[in-house]
Amino acid sequence: MASQDITPAGTGSAKVSLLNDPRIRGYIYQLVVLIVLVSLGYWFVNNTIANLQRANLATGFGFLDGRSGFDISSHPFTDYSSDSTYIKALYVGILNTMLVAVVGIITATIIGFIIGVGRLSHNWLIRKLCTVYVEVFRNIPPLLVIFFWYSGVLAVLPQARQSIALPFSFLNNRGFYFAVPVFGQGAWLAGVAFVLAVIGAFLVRRWAYKRQMATGQRFPVLWTSLALIIGLPFLAFALKGFPVTVNYPELGGFNIKGGALVGPEFMSLYLALSFYTASFIAEIVRAGIRGVGKGQSEASHALGLRAGTTTRLVVVPQALRIIIPPLTSQYLNLTKNSSLAVAVGYPDLFAVGGTILNQTGRSIEVVAIFIVIYLSLSVLTSLFMNWFNAKMALVER
Amino acid sequence: MKNFVLKSVLGVSALLLLASAASAGTLEDVKKKGFLQCGVNTGLAGFAAPNDKGEWSGFDVDYCRAVAAAIFGDATKVKFTPLSAKDRLPALQSGEIDVLIRNTTWTLSRDSQGFDFTGVNYYDGQGFMINAKKLSGINSALQLSGASVCVQAGTTTELNLADYFKANKMEYNPVVFEKLEEVNAAYDAGRCDVYTTDQSGLYAIRLTLSAPDDHVVLPEIISKEPLGPVVRQGDSQWAHVIRWVHYALLTAEELGITKANVQELTKSDSPEIKRVLGQEANTKLGVDLGLTNDWVVNIVKAVGNYGEVFESNIGSGSKLKIARGINAQWSKGGLQYAMPIR
Repeated sequence: MASQDITPAGTGSAKVSLLNDPRIRGYIYQLVVLIVLVSLGYWFVNNTIANLQRANLATGFGFLDGRSGFDISSHPFTDYSSDSTYIKALYVGILNTMLVAVVGIITATIIGFIIGVGRLSHNWLIRKLCTVYVEVFRNIPPLLVIFFWYSGVLAVLPQARQSIALPFSFLNNRGFYFAVPVFGQGAWLAGVAFVLAVIGAFLVRRWAYKRQMATGQRFPVLWTSLALIIGLPFLAFALKGFPVTVNYPELGGFNIKGGALVGPEFMSLYLALSFYTASFIAEIVRAGIRGVGKGQSEASHALGLRAGTTTRLVVVPQALRIIIPPLTSQYLNLTKNSSLAVAVGYPDLFAVGGTILNQTGRSIEVVAIFIVIYLSLSVLTSLFMNWFNAKMALVER
Repeated sequence: MKNFVLKSVLGVSALLLLASAASAGTLEDVKKKGFLQCGVNTGLAGFAAPNDKGEWSGFDVDYCRAVAAAIFGDATKVKFTPLSAKDRLPALQSGEIDVLIRNTTWTLSRDSQGFDFTGVNYYDGQGFMINAKKLSGINSALQLSGASVCVQAGTTTELNLADYFKANKMEYNPVVFEKLEEVNAAYDAGRCDVYTTDQSGLYAIRLTLSAPDDHVVLPEIISKEPLGPVVRQGDSQWAHVIRWVHYALLTAEELGITKANVQELTKSDSPEIKRVLGQEANTKLGVDLGLTNDWVVNIVKAVGNYGEVFESNIGSGSKLKIARGINAQWSKGGLQYAMPIR
C-alpha cells in the first residue's frame, strides 16, 4: 500500500489487484449500497401493490377528480363548495396551512426578537418577565398551547347574540368580525399608485445612500417614503372620487352577517404557534447577540456611534449570521406543527386530507400526498432561508 | 402529530401486515390469539362508552361480547380499541382490529372498497339538535339557513349535511372536528348553533351536555343510516360468523329465548328452539360455521337476546329511552329480520 501512495497512478495500479485499489473498492461499496436501496424500494412498492390488489383496493390518484361532497369552513382564497373536486379540497387545505404558517412565522419572529432582546435588557423587570415567558412557553407541548388558546377564546368570549361591539367590528365565540373595504370601479388606479410609490421610495433610499456616501449629508428617507406611500394612493383615490364602500358586520339571524371573519380555530392555532415558536426564537436571538464579540460594540462606541445605531448597524448584522441557520429550523417546526390544527378543527392540509382519506379509503395515496406536500413546503422554506443566509453572510472583499 | 404517526404506522403496517392478515383466516387468528380485538366508538353513551368502573358497556359493546361468547364461550375474551370516525376504517384495514362495531353506516363505496358489512344492527337516520332555549321559535331544520353546524369529520353525516343544505338552497358554516368529544365540547360551549349526527347519537350526546333539557332534536330525518358491523373484504368465513351472531340475537328474541331462561330452554321440546340452541341430535350447524354447537346458548347467556341488548343499553332500561321504532322485529312492524338458523 505504501508503495502505491508514492508512485503515481497508472504505474502502480498494475501491481495491486483491483479489489485492493481504494478507488475501485469505494465504487464497489457504493454500488452495493445502491443495489440494496433500489431493491428495497422495489420490494416495498411491489409488495404494496400486490397486497392492495389482494385486499381489492384500487390504486392510483384518479380518485382526486371525484366530487368531494363535504364543505370546508374556511376557504379564504378560493370559491370551494361541496361540488368541487377532492383536489380542490386539498388545494384549500394547502392554502390554509400556508396561511397559518406564513402569518405565524412573521408574528413569531417579531415576538421572538422582542423577547430575545428583552432578555438582555438592563431593566430587571423586563429581563425577568422575558425569562418567564420563554421558560413557560417552550416547556409546554404545542398541542396544549393550542387548546389553551382555543378553550380560552371559547370560554371567555360571549355568545353570538351578546357579541362585544368594538368600533367597526364584533367579537364573540364564533370569531372576530370586522369591517372590510369593498373597492368599486377605478380603484385599480390607487393600486398602481401604491406600487409606484413603493418603487419611488426604494429609489429615494438608494439615491440618499449614495449622496451620504459622497457628501456625508443625510436625507430624511423615512418621512419621504411614508409621504410617498400614503400620499400617492390617496391622491389617486381622490382623483377617482373615492370609489370605495365599507362592508360592516351587523347582527342578524343566527349570527353576525357581513364583514370579514377570523374564526376562533384560526385564531387559536395562529396565536399558539406564534407564541410557542417565539420562545425558541427568543433564545436563538439572545444567543446570536451574545455571540457578537464585545469588542465590536466597544469599537463602535469609541467611533462615536450611539447605542441605537450601534445595535442596528454593528451588532444586529453580525448577530443575524448566527441567528439565521437555527431560525430556519424553527420556521420548519412551525410549519409542521400547524398539522396540530386538526385538534381544534381548523381545516388545514392534514385535516382536509384526513377527511378525504376517510371518505375514499385511499390511505396510502393520501399519506403519500401529505409527505410530498410537507416536504415541498419545508424545502421551499429552507431554500429561501439559505438564500437569505448567503445574502447576510460575511462578504469578503 | 400523534395522528400523523398513527396514520403512517397504519399505512406501513397495512403494507406489511395485509399479507399475513389476509391469507390466514381471521377466525383462526382470533382463536389462536385467545381474544377478540373489537373496534368501538371512543365514547358514545348507550352504544360504546366506558362506565364509572372503567368497563366498556353499550349496544355495540354487547355485540363485541356476543361475538367473543360465540367463539370462546366466554364473553370476557374481548379487547376494545376506541376509534375516531376518521381512524376506524384504516384500523380495520391494517389488521389492528378484527371487527369494527362502531355505529358505521353501510354505504356502497365502503362496501366495495375493501370492506364487508355483515348486517344492520341498528337502523338510524341523521337528525339535528339545537339549543331550544337560545333559539326559541325554531322547530324545523328548514329554518336553519345561516347557522353554524357542528359535525364530526370523515362521516357520512358530513356529506349528508352538505347535500341537505344544498338541496334546500340554504347556507351554513360547518365546524368540523375529528373527535366526538371535541364536537360535543364545541357545541356545548356555543361554538355552533346546530349539532348534527345520527339521531340515536343526538339523544346520547344530549345526556352529556351541561343542560340536557335545554336541547331539542328537530323532527326531520335527512338520511338513511343503516349501522352495522364491518369486516375486511375477502374473508367470508369470518364475515359469516359476525353476520350469524347478529341473526342469532334476533332469532333468540323471536323465539322468546332470554338470558334468564336459555339454560332451561336447552331441554325444550320445541324442534325449532332445539335446533337453534344446538340440542338437535347429530347437529353440525355451529361446527360448520367454525364455532361450537352451543354457540347461541353462549351468546344469549352472555348478553341476552336482541331485545334485551337494545332495551338495557339504549331502550327503556337506559337513560336514552329510545323507542324500538323501525328496529322492532319484522313481525311487529319493524325492519329487523333474521335469516333462518337451520
